[in-house]
Amino acid sequence: MDTDIGALTIIFTEFYYWVTVVFMFLIHVGFCMYEVGASRRKNHMHTLMKNTMVIPLVTVTFYFFGWWIYFAFPNGPGFIGGLIPSPWAEPWGELMGSHMGGAPADTATFTAADTAYWARINGVFWAAFLLFSWTAASIISGALIERVRSSAFWIVAVMIGSFTWIIDAAWGWHPDGWMVQVLGYHDAYASGVIHAIAGGAALAMLIHLGPRIGKFRPDGTPRNIVPHNPWLITVGLFLIYTGFWGFYVACNIPILDVQEGDGVFFSATNIYLTPTTLSAITLNFLMSLAGGLMGGYLVSRGDAFWTYSAGLCGVIGASAGNDLYHPLQAMIIGAIVPVICYKLHFWVERRFKLDDAVGAVAVHGYGGFLGVVIAGFMLWGYPASQKYEAIITPWGNFAGAVIMFFVLGFVPAYIVGGILKAFNKLRVPHEIELVGLDLSEYAARYEEEDQIMQAEIDDARASGILR
Amino acid sequence: MSTGSFENWHGNMADIGPLYPFVGSEGVMLIICVAFWLVWHVLQWRMEDSNFSDDMKVLKQGDNLQRALKGEKVLRSM
Repeated sequence: MDTDIGALTIIFTEFYYWVTVVFMFLIHVGFCMYEVGASRRKNHMHTLMKNTMVIPLVTVTFYFFGWWIYFAFPNGPGFIGGLIPSPWAEPWGELMGSHMGGAPADTATFTAADTAYWARINGVFWAAFLLFSWTAASIISGALIERVRSSAFWIVAVMIGSFTWIIDAAWGWHPDGWMVQVLGYHDAYASGVIHAIAGGAALAMLIHLGPRIGKFRPDGTPRNIVPHNPWLITVGLFLIYTGFWGFYVACNIPILDVQEGDGVFFSATNIYLTPTTLSAITLNFLMSLAGGLMGGYLVSRGDAFWTYSAGLCGVIGASAGNDLYHPLQAMIIGAIVPVICYKLHFWVERRFKLDDAVGAVAVHGYGGFLGVVIAGFMLWGYPASQKYEAIITPWGNFAGAVIMFFVLGFVPAYIVGGILKAFNKLRVPHEIELVGLDLSEYAARYEEEDQIMQAEIDDARASGILR
Repeated sequence: MSTGSFENWHGNMADIGPLYPFVGSEGVMLIICVAFWLVWHVLQWRMEDSNFSDDMKVLKQGDNLQRALKGEKVLRSM
């Protein structure tokens, strides 16, 4: 902050991330609308509250430990080094609070340079990552609607939102992450880092949870449990698209001198601090969205639910390489990936009797996994980092996709889901599921309504209006 | 008496660090907030169990389950 350009860069970056956070909030609005639209009337309030409470629970835990993990875990710890000291992200540190950026109170830990930078960036950068955390948890939420206990889901939401996903971000979405250094892992807009891990976790939870009552006929063939409100679903997905813009923008550093040695060359960079431009990602976001919508429309024969979901899946499938792809490549990838995911969804549903209520495993899990793998081939030989010698390879990205989907997504959720199931705390009681999960929410209200109605009748009689 | 770590805005801005009151109490505040988070989960878990238990009692009375499945209002006081 001691030079004009330095101050402008920091304050512009601060404002930039703040704007992305506001945009990304729409993702959660969209998820709430989408899930409520997909649920039946008897489960609306439960579905809404299950997803709403992700916001506070993941927020506080991401403050308590999630943010610190991102900076402390890039080495594993234990794979290529130990824990990295990250005092600006410690929840008891002064830089996790409102701070002017001047002289630190804790001079033993912080320098003036630390406070000048982190006082402005820490809160907005934390919030941008936090919104990614909500997204990871919400992806799982949709798959489990209409039969999961809220208490069980919220434990898994905290685990994914504030622990496992941010470990994967430290490993594969940090300029110094061991997966970047060793595997040349490249996943610029989080095909694997957010979507594959959440899809893998959702798959594990679905295995333990089982299908909704009536989802499968006695002969094992699936029934379509029709969403109660397709309008709400599609508007929700539009909002998710809108928020996804904010997500893409938040995955960049807006202005950085990327010139090594002498000279200055300012550019936006991706999360790995390698150069890209906002124009590039704008072209590719829209072209992959367009490809996804077109592919999804054809494969689903114009079904609105799947066409919209395919648009999202198209972006997710291209996201790993959307900092570098040509827009026409993004479009083709965006068109192909959702077709594969659509087919996989129904094959898995028939073969394994899994009831993924919103297609989350397909759109996010398979789409994210494929997106990372495809980027390994498409960007084969590209430098994965400006700082390290690692290059992008098909095997490096494939290994990364497996780590995201299975190691950090599927396995932890399978273990936690199994424990919850063993204690009979995963699924709501059978009778409650039959009647609808809103019974508890509404029972007291019904009683109050009836009492109020009776009081009004009594009042009308007392005043002679009603005889 | 001031709860903050600065007394006015007139001096050198580069001397001002934390803006929040009670600097130095961050560790205690963190412990309180983590405890609140953990207790919240315990209370929510109990509340959910209690709600399900109450609902199940109602549904098992008479033909309440049949009526509820038909979409009729089934009240806890029934």
